[in-house]
Amino acid sequence: MSLGDPIPRRDGPLKVAGRATYAADQHPQGIAYAAPVLSTIASGEVLSIDTRPAMQRAGVLTVLTPDNMPALGQLTDLKGGTLGEPRLPLSDRLVEYDGQLVGLVVAESLELANEAAALVQIVYAPGTPRSEIERSSDRFRPKDFYGIAELQTQRGDVDEALSASPFRLQHSYETSVEHHNPMEPHATTALWEGDRLIVYDSTQGVISTRNVLAHFFGLPAGNVRVICPYVGGGFGSKGYVWPRTILAAAAAKATGRPVKLALSRQATFSNNGHRGRTIQTVSLGADQLGRLIAIRHHTLTQTSLAGVHVEPSGIATGMLYACDNVAVSHEVARVTTGSPTAMRAPGEASGVYALECAMDELAEAIGMDPLELRRRNHAVSDPETGKPFSSKHLLACYERGAQAFGWSRRDPRPRSMTANGMLIGWGMASATYPANMRPSSARVEAEPDGRFVVTAATQDLGTGAYTILAQIAAAALGVPVEKVRCELGDSALPEATLSGGSSTSASVGSAVHEAALKLRTQLSAGGAPMAEAHHEPGELEKQYSAHSFGAHFVEVAVDPELAVIRVRRVVSAMDVGRILNHRTAQSQIRGGVVWGIGMALMERTGFDPATGRLVTRNLADYLVPVNPDVPEIQVILIDEPDPHFGPIGARGMGEIGITGLPAVIANAVWHATGVRVRRLPIVIESILHQL
Amino acid sequence: MTPPDLSRRDLIYLTASGGLLGLGAPGSNAEAESQQAQARPEKRSVELTVNGERREFQIAPSVTLLDALREHLELTGTKKGCDHGQCGSCTVLVGGRRVLACLILAISEHQGEPIETIEGLARDDGVHPLQAAFVAHDALQCGYCTPGQIMSAIGLLREGRPADDDAIREGMAGNICRCGAYEGIVAAIRSISAGGVE
Ligand code: FES
Ligand code: FES
Repeated sequence: MSLGDPIPRRDGPLKVAGRATYAADQHPQGIAYAAPVLSTIASGEVLSIDTRPAMQRAGVLTVLTPDNMPALGQLTDLKGGTLGEPRLPLSDRLVEYDGQLVGLVVAESLELANEAAALVQIVYAPGTPRSEIERSSDRFRPKDFYGIAELQTQRGDVDEALSASPFRLQHSYETSVEHHNPMEPHATTALWEGDRLIVYDSTQGVISTRNVLAHFFGLPAGNVRVICPYVGGGFGSKGYVWPRTILAAAAAKATGRPVKLALSRQATFSNNGHRGRTIQTVSLGADQLGRLIAIRHHTLTQTSLAGVHVEPSGIATGMLYACDNVAVSHEVARVTTGSPTAMRAPGEASGVYALECAMDELAEAIGMDPLELRRRNHAVSDPETGKPFSSKHLLACYERGAQAFGWSRRDPRPRSMTANGMLIGWGMASATYPANMRPSSARVEAEPDGRFVVTAATQDLGTGAYTILAQIAAAALGVPVEKVRCELGDSALPEATLSGGSSTSASVGSAVHEAALKLRTQLSAGGAPMAEAHHEPGELEKQYSAHSFGAHFVEVAVDPELAVIRVRRVVSAMDVGRILNHRTAQSQIRGGVVWGIGMALMERTGFDPATGRLVTRNLADYLVPVNPDVPEIQVILIDEPDPHFGPIGARGMGEIGITGLPAVIANAVWHATGVRVRRLPIVIESILHQL
Repeated sequence: MTPPDLSRRDLIYLTASGGLLGLGAPGSNAEAESQQAQARPEKRSVELTVNGERREFQIAPSVTLLDALREHLELTGTKKGCDHGQCGSCTVLVGGRRVLACLILAISEHQGEPIETIEGLARDDGVHPLQAAFVAHDALQCGYCTPGQIMSAIGLLREGRPADDDAIREGMAGNICRCGAYEGIVAAIRSISAGGVE
């Protein structure tokens, strides 16, 4: 047994038996149910709330509103936790978006809570909603993305370089508001035992959630325990702490009962984050050989009235290709929607889409094969920082992906390839996502029966953490993986980082690796049967620029009569450092590709411009790929351990799969039809009248 | 009762052809009003046979089979993903056919018909072969859609052996997997279908 072995997912047997327990599956003794009251206007003020009709129902325990919501701690200094919406629920009477929580009913049963929530009478003084970027003049230029990346950057002289470029193009590309829609709607079950708070939460960060709750309820961190052994998908929407978690704890405190607050799918559309819409303008300048001389990438996106999160679309632009003159800028408009948040590959998903579409248009303008254009602009070291890449095998991704796909057989002319009356299009693009590593701890213990248990306050979102952490520990201990199990998803365990930014393998994995090595040494010296380790990025990581890369190749078929677009096959070649488990790794990339298909062809959240209200708030209006939408996806994993990134050399792979994929589909649609669509999603109406 | 394989695909084609124009504003006000108009109903006694076991309890008539299973019988293996018949997470078998438990009421005519949920699937010797196939083919990631996928697949196989992978895909179109484990799901079902189990 060694690292990389495709052992079956550890949590599989429990999940297929229906015995994995998620936050809403808890039934503590004496449970009560909460149902939210959501605003029905997108902007304005609550004038009055009449809870009497609801309270008159036998079995209704309380209705929390801004009138009686207990005061919580200040919004500052959250001690290592982050709010998705930097505003406390029910703390004032302002309504800043449709579906804002304006009340919470707690009752003896779920049906009673839902029924009573509908009886709460609210009188509003409506304001003027503005859900569309175009209508908002409240704008700002953000400096950076959570201190990780600058959002206004410039190197060289872009204006001059552009005007001197033999080939020049400038186009606008748009992406829509998207919602994560994990299959598990966001849920919390909270209970108090004296001054101790226990919370079962669907979260990507038990520690962050614990810290936020401890802060707001004025408790020492040790008095709060957040438990989350399984999460029904998060994709970023469960990364930060959202109002429901705080409200569930407040409701449990107010009623003295355990309270379950499981949001409806509808409710999850308003206050659990989304990807903001983007309007991106990309200018490229190149010489006759296709070498980039200048890139300008400007993004206009949105955040909420209180929000801080912005979709950083230009984040990869200065790094992906060799180019001396690059300007990246971001502007943000405040709109009356819920707060956006990180959504699978925030920045890269939207931004690499625009850049890689523009590259395809450049290839067309020059008359060059799109793959050859990428090769000619390959960056050997990071052109932005000047640092060497920790490890980079993008050329191998191009080569192996192209070969598996049969790219050399592509006729470059649009509308040149057909099959069974369908227009066939082939497209390709690069993929990229940074390697992230954050401080994390882990413990490994030897049990008396010769087995080992790994513990860490991380969580498995379906990423395979239970499986790969056991593999890492087994490899370091030198024991069969069957002898190692993991306990995760509990804030009482050694502190680990948020599951976000594809960081678990490098962060928690490194800590597990080091704890296991330590324990091995201890055991051979007859020492204690338990070891803990803390890992954080060190000098090594500072010297290198660490990113994952990949290349996607896609074939689409377009019905020339009906304009229906189908993805027929996908080949994705990925360089993500060491592969820890070839089975779960393939699934991670496939999942990202499926998300790319959704972003390219289906996903769009709509707002009514007149009222600012959501018009897509269920899974029949907000479309995601279903089984027949997804073809065979061939995943090629380069599997070259990164020698300069952590002790394991795995860079993480939860997000890279979506990056580039929407561009590949847009490029393939052009190749099939000759129509350039520069707005996602590409739907029937996008091309119907131009076929 | 809507078979899961019809509802979602039909809706996709409808919305795809109509674009966003046909969509009205969301109706929480209307929902609120209609709920308000009803007088509060009395609880009724209901008798369900779940996984071979007869269960009798008192329940409000508005309670769906899904909530009855999850909150009243504490059989939480069946998941709620949308409560609107749009995702397939709540798929169970009633009288051997797959149904969406969020779309039928616990007190409805299905009383007396045997209900099978994910908890009742395992055979005496451990797991059902389809459950094992899901693990073997990595047909899941977060696992939240998985009970619904498996129950739907059991229903599909009982409806007749799917002719090919595309028939499996169409037959499973009502079960969303946001993690995108579709390829594994198809492979797992194919392996059982080919082996003639069920
Ligand atoms: S919960 Fe029943 S179909 Fe989604
Ligand atoms: S396994 Fe996560 S939704 Fe299917």
